[in-house]
Amino acid sequence: MKILVCISQSPDTTSRIAFTDGDTRFDANGVTYIVNPYDEWYALVRALELKEALGGEVTTVTVGPAASEQVIRKALAIGADDAVRIDAEPTDALQVARWIADYARGKGFDLVLAGKETIDHNGGMVPGMVAELLDMPYVASAAALEVTGGQATVRREAVGGTESLTVALPLVVSAAKGMAEQRIPNMRGIMAARTKPLETVAPAATEPATSVAKFTLPPAKGACRMVPADQPEELIRLLREEAKII
Amino acid sequence: MSVVVWISTKEGAATKAGLEAASFAVALASGSPVTAVVAGELVGDGGLGAVGVGQVLHRAEGLQDSGQWARCVQAAMQQVGASVAVGGHDALGKAVAPRLAVRLGAGLVSGVTALPTGGVVRRNVFSGKAVADVQVRTEQVVYTLTPNAFGVQNGGGGAANVVPFAPEVGAAREVVTGFQAAGSAGQVPLPEAERVVSAGRGLRGPEHWGIVEELAEALHATTACSRPVADIGWRPHHEHVGQTGVTIRPNLYIAAGISGAIQHLAGVNQSKVIVVINTDPEAPFFKAADYGIVGDAFEVLPKLTAAAKALGM
Repeated sequence: MKILVCISQSPDTTSRIAFTDGDTRFDANGVTYIVNPYDEWYALVRALELKEALGGEVTTVTVGPAASEQVIRKALAIGADDAVRIDAEPTDALQVARWIADYARGKGFDLVLAGKETIDHNGGMVPGMVAELLDMPYVASAAALEVTGGQATVRREAVGGTESLTVALPLVVSAAKGMAEQRIPNMRGIMAARTKPLETVAPAATEPATSVAKFTLPPAKGACRMVPADQPEELIRLLREEAKII
Repeated sequence: MSVVVWISTKEGAATKAGLEAASFAVALASGSPVTAVVAGELVGDGGLGAVGVGQVLHRAEGLQDSGQWARCVQAAMQQVGASVAVGGHDALGKAVAPRLAVRLGAGLVSGVTALPTGGVVRRNVFSGKAVADVQVRTEQVVYTLTPNAFGVQNGGGGAANVVPFAPEVGAAREVVTGFQAAGSAGQVPLPEAERVVSAGRGLRGPEHWGIVEELAEALHATTACSRPVADIGWRPHHEHVGQTGVTIRPNLYIAAGISGAIQHLAGVNQSKVIVVINTDPEAPFFKAADYGIVGDAFEVLPKLTAAAKALGM
């Protein structure tokens, strides 16, 4: 099994969200970056479990500047065998997908895994674009993934529930909760990660199809209106007459 | 500007997310024709004429494969000469939109929350902590619409004209072998729900969820839970709302016995009205709430249920 896991860095969940350059760029000043949780907890860990069960190797691919090597080393510490960084700062998902597909094409990956979305852009579109670019089947928001003899059994989000599928390899899967459990890297993994191969690849020229014209912070929430605990019926009245939502 | 919208269906009718996407397409087209694409069982026009869709291209055989779906929508766009395609940001839309955008070379904006204005279209980013106005640089565009953001609009139309549609879509590679319904029968799926009643560890055990379910039933709401509750197995994982679970955007979100960790807020902070019930007046969730009750869920929830029932909802 040759598995490629797409790893993105994202600001830590507790980061202060602010913008710079005329509100066109995220202000990374003082921000701690983490491996995007969906990529790490679900996609990467499931890839490692499949490798442990079936043999093979797990490569991670990241589109980002040199500063993203910190989260790439984290992925290596958790257990990936080697890593590739495509040295670029993307403007949109299509660029990211093209660069990942350019790298993956012809390398014989049986499985391309990614998280279902990143917690910063929340787009969730890169894995499906990679699938189309590589002409592979695509299973989005999968909560379970098993592989036996060239065939994957997957459970994915569907309207009103989940559905089970069988799909021949190679395929692209985006991972959601349930696919695996978070793994904490141990000291041996952290030491080993320092010397694992991390290749840097130059990106091909490609134009973005979309760009962010402006980021805005939502207006601050007004004060919470407290209702006495012994008058819950007052809350129901407020929801009907004031908020007008029931 | 002619617009094509692809529709997820359930038992022959468009889903709520599908009707919202169709409503969005109708508004976007502003008078130009809107064509819906449906695959599989369809009863009448699936409810699409009522929101203003003029024509439904109906492929009788259902589609389960994201690649086949993308080809089908692309063929519909070619047939009617549309340069814009819209889908719901639901399970179907998330799988079809990226493939379609690549096939068309179109700009894709996923999870939009409003119609484009002034050359940009708005979507939520940073798990609801910011919004981005996105500019599309291509002539062709694909949008997916966040559920519960635009609503189902009355298009004032009659029945849509249903036309058989059988484009060449290639072979199916993703083969569905089974379906597992989430939640109890009759409950609206969480991502589409307009009202949600959620509870956390403050409920002290799965055997106490009856009071949560009763309030949900009285309010015609869907039940949800916090991450710890799903992780220790008190409730199924599909009920987990938050950063790593389901992101929701209901009109009403009631949270009982949930302290409001930042990861939980990330999944629910786009709710229009948030009600928090917690014994701890210092619970961080109150800062994000519109209404709050400092009190014991075991006493408050049954009283809320009784009050809701008294309204005769």
